[in-house]
Amino acid sequence: MSGLKYSKDHEWVRVEGDIGTVGISDYAQEQLGDVVYVELPEVGRTVAQNEEAAVVESVKAASEVYAPVSGEVVEANQALEDDPALVNGEPTGAGWFLKLRLSAPGELDGLMDEAAYADYVSGLGDD
Amino acid sequence: MSDDAGTDALARTPLFVEHRALGATLVPFAGYAMPVRYPAGIMAEHTHTRSAAGLFDVSHMGQVRLTGDGAAQALERLVPGDIAGLAPWAMRYTQFTNDDGGILDDLIVTRSDDGLILVVNASCKDSDIAHLERRLDAGVDLTVLGERALVALQGPKAAAVLERHAPGCAGLGFMTAGWFKAGGVDALISRSGYTGEDGFEVSLPANETAAFWRRLIAEPEVEPVGLGARDSLRLEAGLCLYGHDIDETTSPVQAGLAWSIGKRRRQEGGFPGAPRIQHELAEGPRRRRVGILPDGRAPAREGTSVLDAKDNVIGEVTSGGFGPTAGGPVAMGYVAADAAEIGRPVSLLVRGKPRPATIVKLPFVPHNYHRG
Repeated sequence: MSGLKYSKDHEWVRVEGDIGTVGISDYAQEQLGDVVYVELPEVGRTVAQNEEAAVVESVKAASEVYAPVSGEVVEANQALEDDPALVNGEPTGAGWFLKLRLSAPGELDGLMDEAAYADYVSGLGDD
Repeated sequence: MSDDAGTDALARTPLFVEHRALGATLVPFAGYAMPVRYPAGIMAEHTHTRSAAGLFDVSHMGQVRLTGDGAAQALERLVPGDIAGLAPWAMRYTQFTNDDGGILDDLIVTRSDDGLILVVNASCKDSDIAHLERRLDAGVDLTVLGERALVALQGPKAAAVLERHAPGCAGLGFMTAGWFKAGGVDALISRSGYTGEDGFEVSLPANETAAFWRRLIAEPEVEPVGLGARDSLRLEAGLCLYGHDIDETTSPVQAGLAWSIGKRRRQEGGFPGAPRIQHELAEGPRRRRVGILPDGRAPAREGTSVLDAKDNVIGEVTSGGFGPTAGGPVAMGYVAADAAEIGRPVSLLVRGKPRPATIVKLPFVPHNYHRG
């Protein structure tokens, strides 16, 4: 299985076959703080790369979650409606947001792998 | 080591080093680098304050002393609160009003042994001081207490903790103050705060503040609390945040602050905007600040439109978020007076979708002030 690929907006995607599972990075959840609400897209909706696909809200603020790749939403993580704190606890596991059937798998080549993303985050100036 | 993003050029309170040592996330606020949260996070800081004791740095707020004969009368020409009637060491919440009856800032006034102590919002303190200097009589002296810091200890265990370090302070009644030795240092301590909980604010010399802060942090009941939880605590308590729930376009009556205008002041007037405020007291305001409880889980943030059953806009959310103690989203805002009754169903337009909500009584979490 391939590892995670990351966008500059701190989303990750894990691809298995033609399905990509999408969530936000550990860095992103740490920056947000306690997640209290997640708004997920309808199954069947088509999203373009970098289009808003979901909303994540902390105590303080609401933030958009962008699709790191284009595709059709085939599943949304309903567990987040009852337990949004999963995003904090397991951001790259049980805290996933949605699954997409990829329509342009070539977009994956433009995303960062784990090492590149770690470099990117360490360059963001927060100590 | 790099500094926190964007806070290098900001003013620092005497507790800046303590915040860094505690791992705070620092953000710009009213020109200061202030802790928005510590590693525990807003949710834990909030619930800790409601169950034990939270320690806040509020040194960015302005502290001003007015002295001289007639200081109270002079201040009454700028605020609608009853200042002349303040007993020694009593405190009062009031507002600087403008000639239109709008609010320039809200503040707490304490009658101390040598005059009046004003605590004003950080974001307004420069304009407040200019306003005071311009409008006070020549016989009233204004001193900006820039060499003093201010910390707040809030929560049901605050009195027991502070009594260990400032003996006698637990005897203070709600909204009274006095001088105490705090960690051996002369400190002006008041039984007040802005969380809805019992608690204290401690004003002490800036250069003694870090040592005092560390004494309190070392107590098992105490955790540091940042501006994030300060905001969620005051929102649940139904308390206004200047620049959001009140500003120059809102009057004290619209804001539900008529309780802070004494009977004598209502009758006599003599403060900026008195005709408008007296008219609203008599006839009712055209809009009112209310609590708004979203039915679902989605928070409604500041700026969210409030709709009636026919999707007409009848108001706007001025503060909204998640209430950790309430256990869900909470909001407050202004709605047309004829739509302001408790229990009325409304909708909130969040991300283009109307979502059901109800007008409710404030606060969302009962106040737990000291009644002794």
